Parts: sequence; structure tokens; C-alpha cells
Amino acid sequence: MEKTVARAVAAKVERTGRDDACDRPPAGKKYGELIGRSLAFTAASLVILITLAIIYFIAAKGITIFTVNGISVKEFLFGRQWAPDRSAAQGGPLVGASTMIVGSMLVSLLAVALSTPLSVIVSVFMVEIAPGWGRRVLQPAIEILAGIPSVVYGWIGLSVLVPFVRSHFGGNGFSLFTGFLVLSVMILPTVISVSTDSLRSLPGQWKEAALALGSTRWQTIRLVLVPAARTGIITGVVLGLARAFGEALAVQMVIGNTRQFPHSLLSPIMTLTSAITMDMGYTIMGSLWNNALWSMGLILLLMSFLFILTIRLVVRRGLVR
Amino acid sequence: MNQRTADRLATLMFWCGALLVLLILGALLGYILYHGLRAINWRFITSPPQNMAAGGGIGPQIFNSFYLLLLSMLITVPVGLLAGIYLAEYAARGPATDFIRLCIETLSSLPSIVVGLFGLLIFVNMTGWGYTLLSGALSLAVINLPLMVRVSEEAIRSVAPEMREASLALGATRWQTMWRVIIPSAFPGLLTGMIIASGRVFGEAAALLYTAGMSSPPLHFNDWNPFSPFSPLNPLRPAETLAVHIWKINSESLIPDVRRVADGSAAVLVLVVLVFNLLARWLGGLMHRRMTAA
Repeated sequence: MEKTVARAVAAKVERTGRDDACDRPPAGKKYGELIGRSLAFTAASLVILITLAIIYFIAAKGITIFTVNGISVKEFLFGRQWAPDRSAAQGGPLVGASTMIVGSMLVSLLAVALSTPLSVIVSVFMVEIAPGWGRRVLQPAIEILAGIPSVVYGWIGLSVLVPFVRSHFGGNGFSLFTGFLVLSVMILPTVISVSTDSLRSLPGQWKEAALALGSTRWQTIRLVLVPAARTGIITGVVLGLARAFGEALAVQMVIGNTRQFPHSLLSPIMTLTSAITMDMGYTIMGSLWNNALWSMGLILLLMSFLFILTIRLVVRRGLVR
Repeated sequence: MNQRTADRLATLMFWCGALLVLLILGALLGYILYHGLRAINWRFITSPPQNMAAGGGIGPQIFNSFYLLLLSMLITVPVGLLAGIYLAEYAARGPATDFIRLCIETLSSLPSIVVGLFGLLIFVNMTGWGYTLLSGALSLAVINLPLMVRVSEEAIRSVAPEMREASLALGATRWQTMWRVIIPSAFPGLLTGMIIASGRVFGEAAALLYTAGMSSPPLHFNDWNPFSPFSPLNPLRPAETLAVHIWKINSESLIPDVRRVADGSAAVLVLVVLVFNLLARWLGGLMHRRMTAA
């Protein structure tokens, strides 16, 4: 399909002669330019095509549980009972995903709450307190932290944090608490790098003006720089939240995967991603249980739209003020 | 409180925060390497894994990870580079270009498990291939595409406009200018971006569970015909990567030495990612010096 689009565009370029690089190029040169331009355009259209295909197919599979299996949206989103293989004699299947939705939200919000203050402190440190040291030591350190694969975070959580929590706090160690600790380290690099960029891009005069008025460095940071960089900081936090919400394996390895509302930080929970990870391989395509997993995938997709939308709104408001 | 004291305390807090992050990184790396390096030996990184008994290695997993990386980069790099060229050179300001950017933003914020689900649907079920290396490579390409487009566009835009103008003034077309002038000078940035993207591919697992699969057939490492079913090069065979292996042995494996295998695998994974990271820095710096000195 994208080939025909490219051809149509190539034809249009030829007709309108929008080859503005030179007036009358030799034929070979002109075709080279045309082919190149079409190739580049094809690649760009491919990006659009892939995005739309993902949205279409995940949405199409995600709504089958409502259209084919006749489960109501309300029951899926707010139901507490999960028994997708219950027979009709016992009252039919139950697919309430609310425990997993709440689990995903809690674990990612707590991770962000723990990670944000530290991230802002580190970004300010890198930009204002010790720029040289920050660039030479902290910048590479954060890049390495960002590069550590999520399964490795999961494995460390499983082999260090889980036993630690078990012996010092009680419970069996697989818990909401362990999950958000692991996630909060994982999202540090995201929040730090976005906040640092926005602090760096502030005009230098603001800082100088504040210092010239007699503010201490702390007052300058607290009253001028951080408020001025809030758009970037909020963007970083939302990106971190998005990463935490969508993280699958590291979370699945440490949270215990029990379908229940957590009653304390030490209770095991289940998230949307961990449910998909664990059950996708064991359910048959097209079965009710399987369809429910696709709907959870759709929720993840919609949540990432929500995060993008939030960032766009924040950035726009930041620009207006 | 005196403002001066507050300032001192705040400075202390900033130093503590920075040191805490360094401490976390140091503890993570130290833990992984300390435990992992004890597990790693030549036999461990070359022999195949065991299903039930102790003493398995991760040889095929290491090969699969690198091969999958190569396959997915073969797809990501050309498409990402061309799309980056389009955005930097040809795209006019307008709703169409805004839409492309929105798509890139959407793609880059998708959780990798969602891309994995998409891959399962399209590259595994609709194509009828089943769990294959190729399905995994295509899914990884989707994950990395937005990063590659962004890196390419930035690298191209960072080239001095005078070079482009000089080339155009000499009568070169935009495409010739792009390939003979701009891309060569943007190359260090492109290469750094590619290496960082490679590191991400190497550690990715969530998108691969249901595309490249969680098993690896017995591989015959003397059979290099890519069409033979036991050849390591066959792209249409299932392939468990190193990252997936760590997850699998922890969630459903029966081997008694999970601890040793997982420690060793994690260390190999982290070492490879570290090497990629250092390589990107070193090559980027080296090429920058070469090109600016010339």
C-alpha cells in the first residue's frame, strides 16, 4: 500500500516540478532525486502505517470481549471477581479486571512519588551545584542506569529485595512495596534526563538576576529555577509514570501476582502487564480469558495516549504563560 | 532559620541525592558483576541450557541475542534513517508533518508488551510463521523505530547549514547533498544513536516472549545454511534470547541452579550493554576529533 502512495507522490512531484534544488537538472540526476525523495517519504509513511496498524489491531482485538462475549464495559473495568473459566452452570464467567487496574496504578504512582523528589534533586545538582562533576560522573552513570535491561532489575529485585523485605518487614517479600521500589529506580533516568534538559535550557539571566537581588543559591533554586523548569519536570514525571505503568517483566517478577486489592504495602498484587505476561501463553486465542487479556492490552494503549495528551497539554500551557 | 544555614543544608541535600544515585548504580553493578563473574566461565557461555539438570549454559541464548539484534537493526536502520531524512530535509511544516511526529511520539511511548502483543497478532499469527526470530526482529524494529528516526533527524539537523548550502550551490540535488555531504558529517551522531539503540534491543524481553518465543531448538553450529531448520542462521526458527532466558528460568524452569544461571546471564547482559555504552562514547569522541581535525 505504501508503495502506491509513494508512486502517487512521485508522480505529483514530477507533474508540479517541485524539484527546487536546481533549474534544469540532467535526466539521471532528476530521477535520482525523485527516487530518493520517494524512498524517504515511503519510510515516513511506514511510521504512520505502523502506528495506525497497532492502534487498529489492538483496539479490534481489545473490544471483542465486549462485542462477541457480551461482557459489559462496566463489569470489566469495575468488577472485582476474576473467574474467566467458570462454567455457565455456576453462573457464567466473571472477568472483573479492577484488581489489576488498581494494582498497575498504585505501583506506578508510588514509584513516581518516590522517584520524583530524588530526580529533581539530582537534576538540580547536575545543572547548578556541580556542573563539571555532574557532566563527567553523573551523566554517564545515569546513562548506564538507563541501559540496564528491565529483566536485570527484576532479577535483582527478586534475589535481593524480596528476601530483604521478607526478613525485615514480614510477609513473603513479593509485594506492592518491592514492586514500586524496583520501578522507582528504573524510572530515575527518564525523569532525571528530561528535568535536567529543561533546567539547562533556562536563560542564565534569571539565575543571575535572582542572585543579584541577594538570594542565596537555595532560594534561587527553590523560588526561580525549579518553578521555571516545571513544564519540563512535569513532562519527565509523566514519562516516568508511563514507563512504570507499562513495565512488565521487572514488576511481574517481584509483586507476587495475586488478584486482590492490596490492604497494605506488603500485600502481593497483580498488574495489567503481569497478567498479560503470565497468561498470554497459556490461553487459547479467541477464548474469553484470552480476549480479556487483549482488553488489558487496549487499556495499556489508551493509558499511553492519556500520558501523551497530558504532556501535550502541560507543554502548551507552559508556553502560554 | 538563617538563610545562609538553609543554603548550606540544601547544598548538603543535593550532594546526598547525587551520591545516593551513584551509590544505587554502584551497588547494582557491583552486585551483578560480583555474583555473575563467579558463574561465568568458558563452558557456561558456550554450552546449551539444561531443562531439568544443573550445569546448563547460555551459548545459544547469547548467539540468539546477537543475531536478533543484527536482524532487527537491518530493518530499523534503513527505515529510521530514511524517515529521519524525510523529516529533516523534505517535510514541509504542516498538519501532515505534525501527524508523523505525533505517530513517532505515540510509538515511542507504547509499552513494549503492547508492541509484543501487536507482533504476536501480525508477525506470529497472521503470517503463520509461529514464534520465529524474524517475528521478534520485526517487533523489536517497531520498538526502536521512533528512537532511530529521532536520532537520525537530530544528527542531520546538527550539520552546519553552510555545508548543505555550498553543496546545493554547486548544483547537487538535495538527495546527492544528503548522501555525499550531510550523512558523512552526521555519521558520528548516527553511529552513537545506533549503538544506544542496539543496547536497548539487546536487553529487551517483554516484546519477545510471544514473538521470538521462549524456546530454542537444538542448534547445529556447523550448519550455516539459513534454510535448514537446525541452522543457527535460520530466521524462521524460535529463538530465546538472553533477557528472555533470565525471565523464563525464574518463572517456569525446573533447573536446580536457577541462581547461578540467572546471575551469570545478568552479568553477561549488563557487560554487553556496558560495552555498547562505552563503545558509543569512545567512537563518538574519536570520530568527532578525526572529523574536526581534518
